[in-house]
Amino acid sequence: MPVLEVSGLSKSFGGLKAVNDFNLTVEEGEIVGLIGPNGAGKTTVFNLITGLYKPTSGQITFLGENITGLPPFLIAQRGIARTFQNIRLFKGNTVLDNVRAVSHPTIKYNLFDAFLRTPRFYREEERVTREAMDLLEALNLAGKAHEKAGNLAYGEQRRLEIARALAAHPRLLLLDEPAAGMNPAEVRRMVELIRAIKDKFKLTILLIEHQMGMVMNLCERVVVMDFGQVIATGTPAEIRHNPLVLEAYLGKGATVA
Amino acid sequence: MEYFLEQVLNGLQLGLMYALIALGYTMVYGIIQLINFAHGDVFMVGAFLGYFGFAVWGLPLPAAILLAMVACAALGVTIERVAYRPLRYAPKIAALISAIGVSLFLEYFSSLKFVFGPNYRVVPRPFAEVNWKIAGLTVTNIQVIVFVVVVAMLVLLQFLIYRTKIGMAMRTVAVDHNAARLMGVNVDNVISFTFAIGSAFAALGGILYALAYPQIHPFMGIMPGLKAFTAAVLGGIGIIPGAVLGALIMGQVETLTAAYVSSQLRDAIAFAILILVLLFRPKGLLGRTETEKV
Amino acid sequence: MKVSRQALWLPIGALAFYAAIKLLQFGGMISKYWQLVLDQGLIMVIGALGLSIIYGFTGQFSLGHAAFYGLGAYTAGALDKLYGQGNPAFFLLSLLAGTLLAGIVAMLIGLPVLRLRSDYLGIATLGFGIIIKVGLDNSNKLIPMLGGATGMSGTPQLAKFDLIFLLTFICIILVRNFIFSTYGRACTSIREDEIAADVMGINTTRYKSMAFILGCSLAGLAGGIYAHRYPFLHPSNFDFLKSFDFLLIVVLGGLGSMTGTIITAIAWVFLLEGLRFVLGQSFIDWRGVIYALILIVTIILRPQGIFGGKELSILVPKLPLKAPGKEQQTYAGPGS
Repeated sequence: MPVLEVSGLSKSFGGLKAVNDFNLTVEEGEIVGLIGPNGAGKTTVFNLITGLYKPTSGQITFLGENITGLPPFLIAQRGIARTFQNIRLFKGNTVLDNVRAVSHPTIKYNLFDAFLRTPRFYREEERVTREAMDLLEALNLAGKAHEKAGNLAYGEQRRLEIARALAAHPRLLLLDEPAAGMNPAEVRRMVELIRAIKDKFKLTILLIEHQMGMVMNLCERVVVMDFGQVIATGTPAEIRHNPLVLEAYLGKGATVA
Repeated sequence: MEYFLEQVLNGLQLGLMYALIALGYTMVYGIIQLINFAHGDVFMVGAFLGYFGFAVWGLPLPAAILLAMVACAALGVTIERVAYRPLRYAPKIAALISAIGVSLFLEYFSSLKFVFGPNYRVVPRPFAEVNWKIAGLTVTNIQVIVFVVVVAMLVLLQFLIYRTKIGMAMRTVAVDHNAARLMGVNVDNVISFTFAIGSAFAALGGILYALAYPQIHPFMGIMPGLKAFTAAVLGGIGIIPGAVLGALIMGQVETLTAAYVSSQLRDAIAFAILILVLLFRPKGLLGRTETEKV
Repeated sequence: MKVSRQALWLPIGALAFYAAIKLLQFGGMISKYWQLVLDQGLIMVIGALGLSIIYGFTGQFSLGHAAFYGLGAYTAGALDKLYGQGNPAFFLLSLLAGTLLAGIVAMLIGLPVLRLRSDYLGIATLGFGIIIKVGLDNSNKLIPMLGGATGMSGTPQLAKFDLIFLLTFICIILVRNFIFSTYGRACTSIREDEIAADVMGINTTRYKSMAFILGCSLAGLAGGIYAHRYPFLHPSNFDFLKSFDFLLIVVLGGLGSMTGTIITAIAWVFLLEGLRFVLGQSFIDWRGVIYALILIVTIILRPQGIFGGKELSILVPKLPLKAPGKEQQTYAGPGS
């Protein structure tokens, strides 16, 4: 069973068709790259999958369940987590609490346990704190656990967003330009990091990226979007030589130099 | 039927005065996203200065009005300079607290015996009230004056914002302070100018209010200020035609409720309508609800 | 059940405060008047903690807090006046009734209104506050004993310092326990970024409502105590200016700081009364002016609030980790 199945997905804003009959299937354990020129509708696809936007038409199936039109928090609880292109951390909260907040749906104590600090409260708090610290450890942020998220360096904030997404125990992780604004060395480290977490947490990953090196390196399959539609799908090697893709990026008549 | 139309006229008069105050709220909000709670008190100061001008110091009415408008413009600019500018890039709530402080300051300072004093003052009419019967309707000269003056001001403001250089600068600053600065706009001056215009309008509104409902006191600005602000929100805050529309609706709701339901429930019904409108149009009647960019 | 040594500091501190006040009382150092002021300070602490949850921790701008304070005061006051006859059990029941009523009304109004954002939410709650005030002004038309615009008296004055102090302490503990739990983290994440919280699996509607109901219930409780400490209730004690008072306390204390809210609430009450005392009869007119100036100067000097989101450490529970060894609580150098 595919992890994610998107069929005939469309979204219009007023007259503008941001996403138009978009189809995509992602199989268990894949890393799929979603690329395309600016404004092609990639982030809109993420917003549709995570429920932030309601699709104009089409269907989104996650692990065999139709999740079209569910509110974002329920989709997240089904097992889809994401990061944001323009990092959206809980900036005023500590790094640790950014991660622990997202463990919320897994918590097994109720309001009265919290008010009265029952043994169950302590047990669960200890569990989520440990889990969060482990995640921070895995993303090399443990030393910053008690700093405010907003005070972290840019690269650290990107990693914290990933740590936070992982705290939701996702099956499918959507990464929106995880390497934006990074230098080649940092991009390399990010590639390693994504590979590592994929194996460690048994994830399926869909990622938007502009850094071609990263996409070619990491993804087994690449989907190219332009004007809200899929214009090509294939392995990185196939995509690299697809004339439609070159045209979308560089204009008509471009060839591989 | 005539009673109804007369009430509508009264509502129009009230609504137009609210519009003058609401403009100041909405312009300031549009440009620095601040609910300027002190605006209603500038309105009060305007009413007092106008009253002192023509009733105590014996100035001709137009001179008294001009004096009050200029003085309040200066007051508005000073308030912004002293109480809001230091907080411009602080969390929004800080400036709001400062605005509450300024509001209290103006109210209590005005109440001091050597300022305006804590008591109610009756405003003498600078001219006789004239009633005209038009098609069975009674129209007063005060209503006509309010109508003419407010409409003239609205036209003037429209011209100022869309046909002059400073108006263009105001619109630019409203969109983005930094971009405006990069384009060579002096953001501080534009903000000062916005406060000046808004405060002058509030002063004019205060005087008209004192002519129509001839009793003034240092806390008189609170309720009209709150209503005018509500009107601005009702119409869509930051949008100038929205403020006028909201104010006209507020005026009608209030007068018609007072006439047909109960004058004590007037405020409750006005605010109930505000809440209902916001539930269906969260950004006001003319406000655009756009999908937040993620 | 493990109780860390640090967890004891809060009750010890509270006990010390209580003992100090008691000592002063026995020594006759606290006049009836200042006792009233202190009690009012504690009542404000409870109410302001409510707004702190709603605005300081969950980021939902409410300008109608005094309405819930008023609902609690009138409910508890009227019930006890009618049926209580000085029975302490009934007094406590009436407090519970006031708290619950405020909470229920908060639930009903919160569900639709909490969809609004920031200033729009503020204005809607302000409007709600004015509606309640108008309702109280005209309450005598439905229920004559509420007195409407002439006010209501006759509630048994059963709220004594000991009880008020105990209730305040319990509220502080409960609010602390809420804030430093998964519910509190859900709330603060909504404050920081509602969309991100939603996408990360947090039911934002539910926790905004929860915070609002909880916060307004505290306002109701504070109101109920107020009704049993001040013999005369009047709608103007619960108008939007009172809502501003709560807002000032929470913002000046520093959003997201319980410590700030608690200390500022007490300090604020003492400042207002202290000014009366310092200025004397001849300068009493200046009280409002000076109060306004203090307000403006404080916020300009401390735009983040006096405590700027920080907490006194006795309010912050330690991390529930047995062996912090590996994950030290200090910063372990650069992370990349």
